[in-house]
Amino acid sequence: MSEIRAATGSPMLDLLAGFIQELRDAGLPVSLTENLDAMEAVKHIPLEDREAFKYALGATLVKNHSHWRAFETVFEVYFSLRGSEYDISGEAGGDESGEDREAELGAGTGQGERSGAGGGEAMTPEELAEMLYQALMRGDEAMMRAVARQAVQRYAGMEPGRPVGGTYYLYRTLRNLDLDGVLDRLMTRAHRDAPEELTPLEARLEEDEFQSRIDELKREIEAEIRRRLVADRGVEAMAKTLRKPLPEDVDFMHASRDEMKMLRHAIYPLTRKLAVRLARKRRHGRKGPLDFRNTMRHSLSYGGVPAEPKFRYPRPSKPEIMVVADISGSVAAFARFTLHLVYAISSQFSKVRSFVFIDGLDEVTPFFEGTEDIAEAVHRVNTEADVVWVDGHSDYGHALEVFWQRFEKDVNAKTTILILGDARNNYHASQSWIVKEMRHKARHVFWLNPEPRSYWDTGDSIVGEYGVHCDGVFECRNLRQLESFVENLA
Amino acid sequence: MVQGEPDPGRELDGRHRFDRPARGDGTLALMDFRFDSVEGVREGLAKVDYLADEGIAGVVYLADRLQKPVLVEGPAGTGKTQLAKSVAEMSGARLIRLQCYEGLDESKALYEWNYKKQLLRIQAERGEDQGWDEIEDNIFSDDFLLTRPLLEAIRAEDPVVLLVDEVDRVEVETEALLLEILSDYQVSIPEMGTIGAEQIPLVFLTSNNTRELSEALKRRCLYLHVDYPDLDREKAIVLAKVPDISDSLADQVARIVRSIRQLELKKSPSVSETLDWARTLVLLGVEKVDAEMAGQTVNILLKYQSDIAKAVKEFSSEGQAFKRGGPFSTDE
Ligand SMILES: Nc1ncnc2c1ncn2[C@@H]1O[C@H](COP(=O)(O)OP(=O)(O)OP(=O)(O)O)[C@@H](O)[C@H]1O
Ligand SMILES: [Mg+2]
Repeated sequence: MSEIRAATGSPMLDLLAGFIQELRDAGLPVSLTENLDAMEAVKHIPLEDREAFKYALGATLVKNHSHWRAFETVFEVYFSLRGSEYDISGEAGGDESGEDREAELGAGTGQGERSGAGGGEAMTPEELAEMLYQALMRGDEAMMRAVARQAVQRYAGMEPGRPVGGTYYLYRTLRNLDLDGVLDRLMTRAHRDAPEELTPLEARLEEDEFQSRIDELKREIEAEIRRRLVADRGVEAMAKTLRKPLPEDVDFMHASRDEMKMLRHAIYPLTRKLAVRLARKRRHGRKGPLDFRNTMRHSLSYGGVPAEPKFRYPRPSKPEIMVVADISGSVAAFARFTLHLVYAISSQFSKVRSFVFIDGLDEVTPFFEGTEDIAEAVHRVNTEADVVWVDGHSDYGHALEVFWQRFEKDVNAKTTILILGDARNNYHASQSWIVKEMRHKARHVFWLNPEPRSYWDTGDSIVGEYGVHCDGVFECRNLRQLESFVENLA
Repeated sequence: MVQGEPDPGRELDGRHRFDRPARGDGTLALMDFRFDSVEGVREGLAKVDYLADEGIAGVVYLADRLQKPVLVEGPAGTGKTQLAKSVAEMSGARLIRLQCYEGLDESKALYEWNYKKQLLRIQAERGEDQGWDEIEDNIFSDDFLLTRPLLEAIRAEDPVVLLVDEVDRVEVETEALLLEILSDYQVSIPEMGTIGAEQIPLVFLTSNNTRELSEALKRRCLYLHVDYPDLDREKAIVLAKVPDISDSLADQVARIVRSIRQLELKKSPSVSETLDWARTLVLLGVEKVDAEMAGQTVNILLKYQSDIAKAVKEFSSEGQAFKRGGPFSTDE
C-alpha cells in the first residue's frame, strides 16, 4: 500500500507504467497507442473490481492470445493482493487479515476469505488434511482459498530473502498435501455413496470434476506463494524472476514440462494457419514472371506486337520431401515438432517420406499414412521405431550410411532432403561424404539445427563438417524459426 | 482503497458523462453512454439469451466507453458472431453485417458508383447544353452512390452495431479498407470528400485466426479472446438455448463436453456442437446419458474419426485403465 502511494504523481499511473514496461521486457509488443489506451481504459473501471481491471488492461495491451499467459503472470505480480498477512517472516499480523486486505487494490474479490480458516493459528496436519478433503468434496471456493493459505504457511517453508523460485515452494507444498491420495479418497467415497454402481462414464465425470477442483486449488496455492514472494522481494524483482519466453520463443531443447505442453497446444493452430496461408499462396501465385522470350516468339504471329504475354510456370512442380531426423534425447522434441509441421502441410509436396535415427535408422513413413492424427503418428515414431543399433547414442555417420545404402536409389532431382539434428556425433566418424553425394543427386539438402548458432562446432558438434555440403544450415530453436523455415520450403 | 486522482469524468451519482468533441465543428457535445456498468452489460446480454463472462462483458462495456472497435478471436462456434448480434439486440440497435470472404473489395465493402445509372444520365443530358463539369457534379452525387455495409454504418442515423464477420478471410491489403473507419469513423470518397459518422457505432470484428491480422488493425481495436465456456456457463447456455431440456440433462451434457475437451483432439467440440447434441438428446427423449448413448451420438460433437474413436475409448471401461492423456503424455 504505502509503496504505491509513495511514488510521485498519480500512484495508479506510476504502477501502470511499471507494469507496461515489464510487459515489454517480457517480449510483448506494446505500442504507444496501446499504452495510452490502457491508461484511458482503467479510468472507466472501478478500481476495486480487480477482474474488470484485468480485462481492461488485457483488451488494450494483449492482441495475441498466446501472450495471455505472460500477461496474466505479470498482472498477478503487479496487482496481486498485498498486505502484512503475506509477510513470510510469519508473526507480523497474520490474524488481523481483514482490514488490511480489504484496503488493498482489488480486494473486492478477496472477501469471505476468513470463513473456516480462523485467522492465522496453525492447524495440525490432520486438521488441515481433513479440511482439504472437505473443501474438495464440496467444491467450496472460500474454503479452498483458506486451505491454500494454511498449506503454504505450514509446508512451503518460505524464508525471507531466500533466493529460491516459486516452483520450489509449490513443490514442497504439494508434496505434503498428497493430492493423488486425496483424489483416491474422494473417488472411493463417490463410489460408496452412489445409489447404484457408477458406470465407467459416471466415474470418469466424477473424477474430472474433482480433478478440476484440484487444479483450482493448485492455482490458489501458486497465487498464495506468489503473493508472499512479492511481499518479500518487491514487484520488480519478482516479475523478473517469473519472466518466461513466449510460446513461439520457447527453446525446444530446454523446454520444461509445462512449456512442452504449451508448445503442443500451440502447434495445432499454427499448422492450420500455415496450411491456409500456403494454400492461398498457391492459388494467387498461379502466374509466374513474364517469359520474355516466349512472348516475343509468339508476337511474330501478330506482326511483332507482343499481344499475348506468356508467363513462366509459377513454380517448379511440387518437391518430394525426405526428412531424416535424429530423435535421441534432447533433440527429440525438435524432431517431433518438425515432423508434425511438415506432415501438416504435406499436401504442398508431391510426397513426404520420413526416417528417424539414433545410431540405427528406420523409415517411419507408414506411421503417417492413412491416419489423420499426426500427433498419434509422431507418438508411434517415438515408441515403435527401431532406431538403436549399438548403444543408443547418436551416430550420424552410421545413420547416414544406412540411409544412403538403402534409399539412395529413391533420391533424384525432385527430392529435397531435410536433415534434423544437433550433429553431436559422440566423436564417431562423420561420413560427411554422404551428404556431399546427397546434394549431388537431390534437388536440395538442408540441415536444421535446434542448437543456438554459438554452440555449433563446439564439443562434439560437427555441423560445420556436414554443413559445407548442404544448400543451407538453419538454426531452428523455436516454433517461430521452424515455422518460417517450413513456410519457405513449400 | 487506493484512490487515484479525482476523476473529472466520474460523477458521484454513478452515471458517467464525458465531454467529447463532436465531428467537424470542433465544439463539444455531451453524449450518453450505452451501458452503465460491466454487470449491466452482462445482465442485458443474459436477457437476450447470451451468456457472457466477466471478460466478454467487460470488453463490450469498454468498447462503448472508449469508442473503439472490438476484435473478437477464438475457436470456431464459441459465440463470436452471436455476440455482435446479441449486443445489437440488447441495445435495440440495427445490425449491419459485412461478411468477409477472399476477394472482397471496396465496391462490396464500402461503396460503388452506379455506372449504369450514370451512363444513362450522361446520355440523357447530352443534347442539352450543360457543361461537363456540371454533369460530373451531378453524377457523382448521392443519387448515384451504392452504399455498402461500411458506409451504411457510418451514415446511419439510427443506432447501429456494425459486424465485420470473419475478417481474417480477406487479404492483408483489403484490411487497409477498414482502417479509416476503425480509427476515425469516416470514409473518404474521392469524388465527394470525407463522410463522417452521424453517430459512433459499436463495431465488432470476428476472426477465426487463420492468419495473423495486421498490426495496424490490431492497434485500433480492443482485443477479446472468446474461449470455450467453463462448465457453469456452458450449462447456462444449454438451458437458455435448448427448449424443454431438464436441468440434470443440461448438467450432464456440459460435464461430458468438458471432459471431452480435455482430451487431446484435432478439433474440440464447439458451443454450437454442444447445443446440437443437447437438442438431439432431447429429441430422442433421453433423460440420462450413458456411455452407450454417448457413443452413438458423439459424432454430433466430434467431426474427425480419430477424435471419435479416442472419445469412445476414453469413456468406456477400457479407457479407464489409461486415465487422462492423449498421445505424447507418456513420453515426457
Ligand atoms: N455465450 C453464449 N450464449 C448463448 N449462445 C451462445 C453463446 N456462445 C455461443 N452460443 C451459440 O453457439 C452458436 C455458435 O455461435 P456463433 O455462430 O456466434 O459462433 P462463432 O464463434 O461466430 O463461430 P465461427 O467461428 O464458426 O463463426 C450460436 O447458436 C450461438 O447462439
Ligand atoms: Mg462466426
